[in-house]
Amino acid sequence: MKAHTLSVLVENKAGVLSRVSGLFSRRGFNIESLAVGTCEEPGTSRITIVCIGDDAQIEQVMKQLNKLIDVIKVSDITENERVERELALIKVSADPGSGRAEVMQLATIFRAQIIDVGTRTVTLSVAGDTEKIDALEKLLRQYGVKELIRTGKIAMLRGAKTVKSAK
Amino acid sequence: MKTGARILVEGLQREGVETIFGYPGGVVLPIYDELYDSSLRHILVRHEQAAAHAADGFARASGRVGVCLATSGPGACNLVTGIATAYMDSVPIVAITGQVPTSLLGNDAFQESDITGITLPITKHNYLVKRTEDLGHVLREAFYIAGTGRKGPVLIDLPKDVSTKPIEYEFPEAEPVTLRGYQPTIRGHAKQIDKAIELIFESERPLIYAGGGVISSDASAELLALVETLGIPVTTTLMGLGAVPCDHPLNLGMLGMHGTRSANYAVTESDLLIAIGARFDDRVTGKLDTFASQAKIIHIDIDPAEIGKNKKVDIPIVGDTKSVLQDMLVKIQKKKAYDMWLSRIRGWKEKHPLSYRRDGVLRPQFIVEQLSELLKGEGIIVSEVGQNQMWTAQYFCFRKPRTWITSGGLGTMGYGFPAAMGAHFARPDQVVFDIAGDGSFQMNIQELSTVATNNIPVKVAILNNRFLGMVRQWQELFHDRRYSFTELPPVDFVKVANAYGVDGIKVESVDDVVPALKAAIETDGPFVLDFRVEREENVFPMVPAGAAINEMIGGNYE
Repeated sequence: MKAHTLSVLVENKAGVLSRVSGLFSRRGFNIESLAVGTCEEPGTSRITIVCIGDDAQIEQVMKQLNKLIDVIKVSDITENERVERELALIKVSADPGSGRAEVMQLATIFRAQIIDVGTRTVTLSVAGDTEKIDALEKLLRQYGVKELIRTGKIAMLRGAKTVKSAK
Repeated sequence: MKTGARILVEGLQREGVETIFGYPGGVVLPIYDELYDSSLRHILVRHEQAAAHAADGFARASGRVGVCLATSGPGACNLVTGIATAYMDSVPIVAITGQVPTSLLGNDAFQESDITGITLPITKHNYLVKRTEDLGHVLREAFYIAGTGRKGPVLIDLPKDVSTKPIEYEFPEAEPVTLRGYQPTIRGHAKQIDKAIELIFESERPLIYAGGGVISSDASAELLALVETLGIPVTTTLMGLGAVPCDHPLNLGMLGMHGTRSANYAVTESDLLIAIGARFDDRVTGKLDTFASQAKIIHIDIDPAEIGKNKKVDIPIVGDTKSVLQDMLVKIQKKKAYDMWLSRIRGWKEKHPLSYRRDGVLRPQFIVEQLSELLKGEGIIVSEVGQNQMWTAQYFCFRKPRTWITSGGLGTMGYGFPAAMGAHFARPDQVVFDIAGDGSFQMNIQELSTVATNNIPVKVAILNNRFLGMVRQWQELFHDRRYSFTELPPVDFVKVANAYGVDGIKVESVDDVVPALKAAIETDGPFVLDFRVEREENVFPMVPAGAAINEMIGGNYE
């Protein structure tokens, strides 16, 4: 069992997301994260899904996804050289004088941006791979995380290769 | 100017549709108004479920796409069982449902239900058409998707304002539908086919395991040619019956839970299993890790997702069964003698024929056997689900494809009678029998009204044992004969039939079986035969759930 990153090119049609997500719940596949948005090709969207399973399960996931009429292409890019990003927004308790400077220092180290400062909170935006965001989250917990929102992971192959050109 | 309803009716006719099965209601009024003076034949059923099953029966008997029509909300929901039945058996139907006007969508309007959401997991694809302009195109896509690749049901949901709005519309010249997300593989991979042939000649104990895919791709002739060219024995699934004539010397009959001992023993001992258009269903395999455990596996299927789903496959071949078998046949130049293997199989066949007690008691197997002899391989046999279905599968000798119509995957009681109505419209030249149980028949008994009104000559042979027989059998074998809610009160089905204007006979003795069957066959219209059979007869042999398929119980009568 391991995490696989699937990149799924779909027709940008009403209901396509419920077709995809419904398939996962119906067949008992687990979604770790899911991110969806439009992509370079007009009329299509790309869904990046991280799911956990053994090879046979992942093969079945991909074959079942491929059967959906609105799914154009499914690629497992787990074994490819790639860049991945997640985005997190984190609202941290930071009363002036008590840790606010430290929080801001951490933001600098992690190349996070301060996107909002209130009287008693600071809100950070940070992009990176899963481990980086996990690390920052862990450090910020000691100051009091009031709210945390993470997107699903998006991923792209390194170099000239694209998901479309890769096998 | 054409309304959406006009485009729908014209579009159906352009797809070659002649008969549809449906039930009117509020939001489909514009469509029904269009049907009023259309040449499209509409059969009014008495429950929408029957419309879906009739479309399904039509599709299975004809090989063409069946069509049903229902109103929104309850009408659409009543189609659900029928759509799921078609989905599980890969049957091409197009279901058209009315929907509340687009302005009310999502408002919990009167008779609104999210039927595209509801049918998402039981359709190959579905559409909610929001613009009249899209309708013509959607209709073409729907028929294309339903009837190609691994076939299946497609639903089109039509809001009322979409069907009433008039637009300028000309149907485009028929050009092939192209969908970038749907390109089924038809031709099998040449190298894989070569490897498969190599493996066949390396094997000593090969066995072909053929399923419904052979029927749906009309590949029976190719399968028979393969069986005879190679001299390899063949067993079929419930859905594959009729692909090879039942009395062909190389045919072992059905395998699986109620299969023949010879078929199940052959699977267990074979060293090469060639699965063709079959999907390793649990009712076939029994305990999965002992199923064909000595065999290498070649799997030919149009749906890549079926390959390796349940059982690891050595040589997968994705493609249309007919096309792959044609390619194989061209490449096979020699023949190998599997004498030892065939004589072992002959031994099993001789030692373990299907049998039941012949003691003068009216037993259901006898009725099916007599019908089989009377029809001599002609006619279309439809069944309900349960013991009636298994006895028909075991004792009716199917000789041609598309003459056996049954709900295999979903196992839908109440399927047979309306499916038989559909089969009649597909093959009006054939006598159509529905072999029923008293339980199943009562699930869509209201269709007696439909067959009476339209003089649809379907013959219903009820194997009436006043039990939900298959469930009772399991209670007898595995629940200490505690017959919890499986006993049914006696019903006089002849009186019920008469009340609807249908003729019938009650049959209580062995001697009256053949005359009664003949009377039914000779009647021009519909007919009901109420056979009062032995009440606690069991379907044997049987593989208990979870056992290996060679661990069969029962069925050895001298």
